[in-house]
Amino acid sequence: MIRSTLVRAIAVTAVLGLSVTACGTTNDNKASGGKSSAACGKNLAFLGAETGDAGALGLNMVGGIKLALDEYNKKHADCKIGLKEFDSQGSPDKAPALATQIVNDDTIIGLVGPGFSGESLATGKTFFQAGLPSISPSATNVTITQQGWTTWHRVIGNDDAQGKADAKYLTTTAGAKKVYVVDDAQDYSKGLASVVKTTLGSASAGYDEIQVKQTDMSATVTKIKSSGADAVFYGGYYTEAGLLVKQLRQAGFKGTFMSGDGSEDPAFVKAAGASAAEGAVLSAPAAPAPSDFNAKYKAVNNADAGLYSTQAYDSANIFLAALDAGKSTPEDINSFIGSYSGTGASGPISFDSKGDITSSTIYAYSVKNGALDTANPAPIK
Amino acid sequence: MNFGFLFNNIVELTITGLVLGSIYALVALGYTMVYGVLQLINFAHSEVFMYGTFAFAWVVVFMHGTASASQTIGGTIGILVVALVAAMLLSAAIALLLERVAYRPLIKKGAPKLIALISAIGASFSLSEIMGLRDRITGWVGLDDNLKNYVAKARDLYSSPIDIQPVNLFSIGDYQVTDVDLVVLVAALGMMVALDQFVRRTRFGRGIRAVAQEPESAALMGVNATRVVQGTFLIGGLMAGVAAALFMIRFGSTRQDTGFIFGVKAFTAAVLGGIGNLRGALLGGLLLGVAENYGSAVFGSQWKDVVAFVLLVLILLVRPSGLLGEALGKARA
Repeated sequence: MIRSTLVRAIAVTAVLGLSVTACGTTNDNKASGGKSSAACGKNLAFLGAETGDAGALGLNMVGGIKLALDEYNKKHADCKIGLKEFDSQGSPDKAPALATQIVNDDTIIGLVGPGFSGESLATGKTFFQAGLPSISPSATNVTITQQGWTTWHRVIGNDDAQGKADAKYLTTTAGAKKVYVVDDAQDYSKGLASVVKTTLGSASAGYDEIQVKQTDMSATVTKIKSSGADAVFYGGYYTEAGLLVKQLRQAGFKGTFMSGDGSEDPAFVKAAGASAAEGAVLSAPAAPAPSDFNAKYKAVNNADAGLYSTQAYDSANIFLAALDAGKSTPEDINSFIGSYSGTGASGPISFDSKGDITSSTIYAYSVKNGALDTANPAPIK
Repeated sequence: MNFGFLFNNIVELTITGLVLGSIYALVALGYTMVYGVLQLINFAHSEVFMYGTFAFAWVVVFMHGTASASQTIGGTIGILVVALVAAMLLSAAIALLLERVAYRPLIKKGAPKLIALISAIGASFSLSEIMGLRDRITGWVGLDDNLKNYVAKARDLYSSPIDIQPVNLFSIGDYQVTDVDLVVLVAALGMMVALDQFVRRTRFGRGIRAVAQEPESAALMGVNATRVVQGTFLIGGLMAGVAAALFMIRFGSTRQDTGFIFGVKAFTAAVLGGIGNLRGALLGGLLLGVAENYGSAVFGSQWKDVVAFVLLVLILLVRPSGLLGEALGKARA
């Protein structure tokens, strides 16, 4: 076992090494040819879920990237940039093999992704060692930017910022005295829920963990009711969040229900049913999309924009801005991103030295009149 | 570990566990009957259940539209009954299709049981993916726009637009028993008793038992074995359809991979009670539902499957053929 792993590790490292040098040389050759032509015919890569449980979220991101590329390619008809999609199904087990494919493909100049926190942690080292810059539209786990991967960036506030804001919202705005915290045991969910729990301190009434794809939450519902909690915070995604609030309301729970950005999707209301979802608060580290974004998005993708579409659009645009500025090597693009500052569809964007977005406001979206009100969130201060 | 919580809430945990367990039991019937007759584990039975949940939701969308509404069971009983029938019919149709396409050709050629098992797993994946790709399939024939209420976002959650609001009926301890709890429990138990009596008392039931006991002698006595196998799949499918409808009334939404976990649980229930045994499937299902709830209560919800499967291993160590461990063929009339 150990020997075969070692051999494989050496082989992978060798391949990586070769590809990095190969990358460097081709780029150098082309860079000497002309200013922006170096990037012509190159690709952005997307790594994230396009099928599987969270496939809908990944498709929202791909749509955003496609919109950015469509706009860029219309302006640069003689020098188009393509998109290569790598479907990880959101799985930290499947992503590493795809990451190796991405770093070995020297037509790829940058990565929009990885989509989720688990796969980001599993692939970050590969991308860092290969020197490939990446911008994630959606991975919010706190620890990712603490690994020292200088090529890794995100255009979304991390779970620490969001969790603190959520706890504050629950205790001050919603006036909750006892908050029960539930999560679905995934990297993202656990990270967010534990920040909320720690920030709540003595206002935390209890904690339970459910499983992804669980449909019956009755034991958790019983726990919440018997704890006497007047609010529930759920860390996880919209399917389970919807089922949990539905079963809570059916069991007569009257308190506030809050969840994070993984649940901030119209499908939450579908899973919960309109009456159970009413009044639920879903936070997200993103302002609503500008009013014309959805129309532009729909024209390219023939579908409505969703959660993370604006962030993916912004991520792709930062890479395209780097190309416009004449950057063509991974190192140049990476340092361009590091010093980037601008306002995207999701809000103002600039990065700190770790790759986190410097300022992010957390917004509270609520379900009103049977629909998620995506247009008028309240910023949590 | 939190035993105090378990004892303080034992009524609520038991009743909600029984409600889920009775849905497990109805699905478990499909596994147990096919095993009883063919000694074959029909792993694609989970997809039979999943198609039923979609049939239910489609009918509700068709009759009610996509606007979401809150209703009690009584307020929308007409739609629910039609949706229930549709779920039973589609589940039964899928079960018969499975028998015809995935099993009969293999059994006719005398293929080993292991081959049929692999065929079952393949059929399970195919059925689940077809449901997950239904938007593309309708797209090929240009119907995806007309049918978008039924096929759009095929891999995402698909919900019944009518949200069933439970009505509190009476209380046991401090738990309010709702009409949804009661409907699910009574419907599941009623179906079970009816099926049990059907297998024990009718001519066709005798045929099922005869084929399960000794297929060759049964054939010599004039029992049409192919018919019996078809009938077994049909009954399993109808029961899965009822389970699907009850599942939708209780939980309200489904997706193309709903069958997988539910199938594993139902299969476990069948083994727990004694696979091939109808009453065993009922006992196994109810026990599994309650064990999961108790496990969640004592150790935390993340441990519920561990508790359920440790229970399974312990019971099989003591009684290797399951709790009631009696095969379908040996049941006395």
